[in-house]
Amino acid sequence: MMLNYLGSRLFEALLVMLGVTTIVFMLIHVVPGDPVEVMLGESAQLADREALREALGLNLPLSTQWLNYVSGLLQLDLGTSLHSKRPVIEILSERIPATSILAGTSILIALIIALPLGVLAAVRKGSFWDTGAMAFSILGVAIPNFWMGPLLILVFSLWLGWLPVSGDDQILSLVLPALTLGTALAAILSRMIRSSLLEVLNEDYIRAANARGLSPTTIILKHGLKNAALPVVTILGLQLGALLAGAVITETVFSWPGIGQLTIESIQKRDYPVVQSCVLLISLTYVFVNLLTDLAYVFLDPRVSLSE
Amino acid sequence: MTIRFLFPFLMIASWIFIALFAGLLPLHPDAIMLEKILIPPGEQAWLGYDDLGRSIAERLIMGARTSFMVAFCVVSISFVLGTIVGVMAAWFGGWWDKVTVLVIDIFIAFPGILLAIALSGLLGPGIMNAVVALSVVGWVGFARLARAQTLTMKHREHVIAAQALGTETVQIALIHILPLIIAPLVVEATFAIAGTVIAEASLSFLGLGVQPPNPSWGSMIRDGTRFMLVAPHMVLAPGMAILLVVLSINLLGDDLRDRMDIRSRRAKFNRKNTIQLFQAG
Repeated sequence: MMLNYLGSRLFEALLVMLGVTTIVFMLIHVVPGDPVEVMLGESAQLADREALREALGLNLPLSTQWLNYVSGLLQLDLGTSLHSKRPVIEILSERIPATSILAGTSILIALIIALPLGVLAAVRKGSFWDTGAMAFSILGVAIPNFWMGPLLILVFSLWLGWLPVSGDDQILSLVLPALTLGTALAAILSRMIRSSLLEVLNEDYIRAANARGLSPTTIILKHGLKNAALPVVTILGLQLGALLAGAVITETVFSWPGIGQLTIESIQKRDYPVVQSCVLLISLTYVFVNLLTDLAYVFLDPRVSLSE
Repeated sequence: MTIRFLFPFLMIASWIFIALFAGLLPLHPDAIMLEKILIPPGEQAWLGYDDLGRSIAERLIMGARTSFMVAFCVVSISFVLGTIVGVMAAWFGGWWDKVTVLVIDIFIAFPGILLAIALSGLLGPGIMNAVVALSVVGWVGFARLARAQTLTMKHREHVIAAQALGTETVQIALIHILPLIIAPLVVEATFAIAGTVIAEASLSFLGLGVQPPNPSWGSMIRDGTRFMLVAPHMVLAPGMAILLVVLSINLLGDDLRDRMDIRSRRAKFNRKNTIQLFQAG
């Protein structure tokens, strides 16, 4: 039963990854008119155009182009940057660490804010803490990254003078972008932790633990939070998408040299292979992480029924 | 009528009113007045002027129009397209349904507005391309919801009766299914409007949406970040506008959802009893 589920879930993920790859492959074909003309400008020589078209493989039939693209991917060949003429894989691997650090720190910040806030809101439901936490959550969802970033710069860099405005030369410059992404994630997460914990606190085993005379702290942390954690992990996996898309904007705001900034830079330079690779990398990471959270769910929670 | 309902309702009403009638006002959002460059908010102009001496209040009003028009177009297109696709998938079932579900899963696999950013970047900057890019991403949510809802309606007696009477499929979908599934779709549309307002502003912030000199809240923030040191009001005003509109739509959406969902009302009542245990202890 377990193997069956694993197999079908893996197959599904593979299909989705293939679909994502196909859409990313098609992106270059939605460029209005002739992509080659856009890249070279209208005054380009016919011979130059043909040469570039051949170099990109755009003269081949669509199905052959697709096969070439996918088989290239399998060998980690993402093509060559039109702008710097370097292999795209090289450019990407330079940028991956920055985005990983940013995403990791943001998730950490989000958990540090959201866990106590969500737990307090659930346990003291209807109190001042609950109202405050939910107000924070509603506000956090409504404030876009590209405004939160400048606001933080205003407060911490200009008015208080505590932190540098942008760049990656110091560890300190990680604080503001990570705070921007982290608070946005914390807004959603604290709400989820609250509702997930409320659901659990309603269960019979909590009532039983209470009847056994365990202290409220033990009940909430050991019996409540532990059981409420699983849905929260799933939500965290799903929210990684918003985090990564938010990183595109936040990295641009703070000139953080990660994949997101690379995406926007290469859109502006019309460097199509790099744009495609960035979108592909971010999306496949997202699919992969969600596959992992799904699988973790099955292994960690004995109650998940696989009888279907 | 509580403040929790009245405040967002008034906000949204004025947003739509401004968006619809801004064209009739004698505004000059693109008029450059060099003598007024970067003047902070004051008695004469309560939101001040930007780096080209343009009135921020007037640009904010025209920006409201941009964000409303884009949100309205994108959500309408997504609503109609997504509902058609979702209802069809559930109704016909079989391979048709399997393929639709796979396509939906593939589109959902793209994180957030990343696909819209890439698409509008490659299509070329501009408001029309932004609408196209956001609609390509937006239909999926409606399709998934409409499919799930239709699946539960498909085997209701009145639908089977209509089928037995030989009613046309289109008629069954429009008269016997759509009215029963429209409520959750409308709730989804409310949140989609909030999402699209932020998405449009994001695209414009990245320089991929509205093109200068036309104002958008997103591009106003983008312009403002370059002068934050001397003129923070350029960033604060449009950001506050986005915040208020998105906040209000979300509050209204929550309200709408709670009114329609009988289940959550009952759950709230049940939980109360347990929670009191902890508050006492």
